[in-house]
Amino acid sequence: MKKLVGYALLMSLSAIAAVGVMLLKESIATHKAEGRQIAFPLANLTEQTLNPAEWGKNFPRQYDGYRRTSEHTGTRYGGGGSESFSTDKLTQDPRLLTLFNGYAFALDYRARRGHAYMLEDQRTTKRVTQRPQTGACLHCHAANTLAYRKSGLENGAPGTLEEPLNSANGKTQLMKGFEIVSAMPYSNATKRVEHPVACIDCHDPESMQLRVTRPGFLSGIARLAESQEPVPHLPSVEKWRSGDKKESYDPNQLASRQEMRSFVCGQCHTEYYCGPKATLFFPWNNGLKVEAIESYYDTYKFKDGHRFFDWKHADTGAEILKAQHPEFELWSQGVHARSGVACADCHMPYKREGAIKISDHWIRSPLLNINNACQVCHHFPESELKTRVDIIQDRNHGLLLRAEDATVALIKATSTAIKAGATEAQLETAREFQRKAQWRTDFVNAENSMGFHAPQETARILGEAIDYARQGELEAEKLRPGK
Amino acid sequence: MVWLERILAVVIGITAGIGGYTFFYARGLSYLSSDPKACVNCHIMREQYDGWQKASHHGVATCNDCHVPHDFAGKWMTKALNGYHHSKAFTLLDFHEPIQIKPGNAAILNANCRYCHKDYVREITAHRVVNDEELYCVRCHDGVGHGSR
Repeated sequence: MKKLVGYALLMSLSAIAAVGVMLLKESIATHKAEGRQIAFPLANLTEQTLNPAEWGKNFPRQYDGYRRTSEHTGTRYGGGGSESFSTDKLTQDPRLLTLFNGYAFALDYRARRGHAYMLEDQRTTKRVTQRPQTGACLHCHAANTLAYRKSGLENGAPGTLEEPLNSANGKTQLMKGFEIVSAMPYSNATKRVEHPVACIDCHDPESMQLRVTRPGFLSGIARLAESQEPVPHLPSVEKWRSGDKKESYDPNQLASRQEMRSFVCGQCHTEYYCGPKATLFFPWNNGLKVEAIESYYDTYKFKDGHRFFDWKHADTGAEILKAQHPEFELWSQGVHARSGVACADCHMPYKREGAIKISDHWIRSPLLNINNACQVCHHFPESELKTRVDIIQDRNHGLLLRAEDATVALIKATSTAIKAGATEAQLETAREFQRKAQWRTDFVNAENSMGFHAPQETARILGEAIDYARQGELEAEKLRPGK
Repeated sequence: MVWLERILAVVIGITAGIGGYTFFYARGLSYLSSDPKACVNCHIMREQYDGWQKASHHGVATCNDCHVPHDFAGKWMTKALNGYHHSKAFTLLDFHEPIQIKPGNAAILNANCRYCHKDYVREITAHRVVNDEELYCVRCHDGVGHGSR
């Protein structure tokens, strides 16, 4: 009897072991199957396929990530607020009300939401609903290639929509349409687009190769290439400079794949002018640094002959420059760019799904994804990496607030001088200092990394901002009554 | 009782058979070799394998030369231990990504740097006991094995 039980037990164990081995075999088979990378082209993609869902049929993994940009994310300094209502920066930092007085940013200035909301948020912000804006805003807030090309064709550009965007006709249609749509009132222009940034803005539908489609970047980078500014982080530009330069620098022909992984982001994450007085442009003719852009603006003349400015400050009458989000410019000054690290390396890091390696199309702050974004190069614990970033950002934030305080003090001093009856000629110097100080402060404030993209550079910029603001304040103080 | 022993023999035989086949199917024997291809049987280390092909040590060292001790006992102990950990991790998919070397394997790696480069590093290590954490070669020379990033 005892022997029988023993046999039965041994048999059961043996059977269980067999089941375990079969399960293991199945798991190995699954992993082997994952190892075969297979793409199924289900949808036929052309230059006229705008809807990302169509592209998603062929690239479901990338599309899944892309759709997640609608999810609410926030870090200590970026994003913020709730799913439906992002943080109001004007309440958070009332200095901004003084700084932007007389400009649309004093009406409505909120923390960013994800890419999925770029078009909706632009259509509903008070800056657009309460102030007349132009179609130029759509250069970055919509999938616009088809709208531009259609408008180009309506206005005499050659060719058809079937031609590739990078063909001679395609480019002519794009550039023509860009000028037409940019000049329209925003309310009309926005009816011509329906999607926020889409696959087609960065990918060739035939080959999936990265490409630049925004006209502002195409012209801007060509002007940068023609400048004297050293750009060691953009080797294809340096190479073009050493050539015959007969044709303008064209990123879609000359840039390396690694450069393109920053250029596609730099199509929008840059400083630019998009107001009504000139067609949208990137101010890179003298280079990418804060003072290079400033020097270009200082010599730029509008059609009426007046020098470039974004608005006249309501308190002081100074002609102020407003910075957009100069991420590409600031990244260019940092150690990551210099080491050949592209935007996509940290904001769209590679990840593994099964055996397939893809870039994460859920574009977001690297701080939300430190292991994939940072640890590939920096072999340190997540907590340590986060602490390093925290220190950089806190230092930058402290300095930024000091620069804002200094600029606000200059504005107050100038207002007092005006009330005391200072003349236009007397106010000239203080106003020029405000233009310089505020441009630098805003350059760092509008940039979306709280200094991380190039910490030493932002410290330099803010140091200059504080100096200019206090110099201006001294000038304004001289105009007080009784002095 | 003979029938019972026969059934038992059959069951154990079947188990051994499918076990053996699974071992063969999973290319089990390849792990006893020093062929770097064995390390990318599972695709987790494909990037490391690709990187190694472009790296400076490609011509002089394979995976085992750096990652496995050079003495007989150490080599097979390490192979067995890593074999167990890696199969477990790849079956359960419960490991940290990007993959990171563990302290034990890091010590083996560092010892192997010194094994080949002893003529050059003797001066550095001559006058005191070497602490692997202080003198961890790849902390600075991190591109030699798997290429620069």
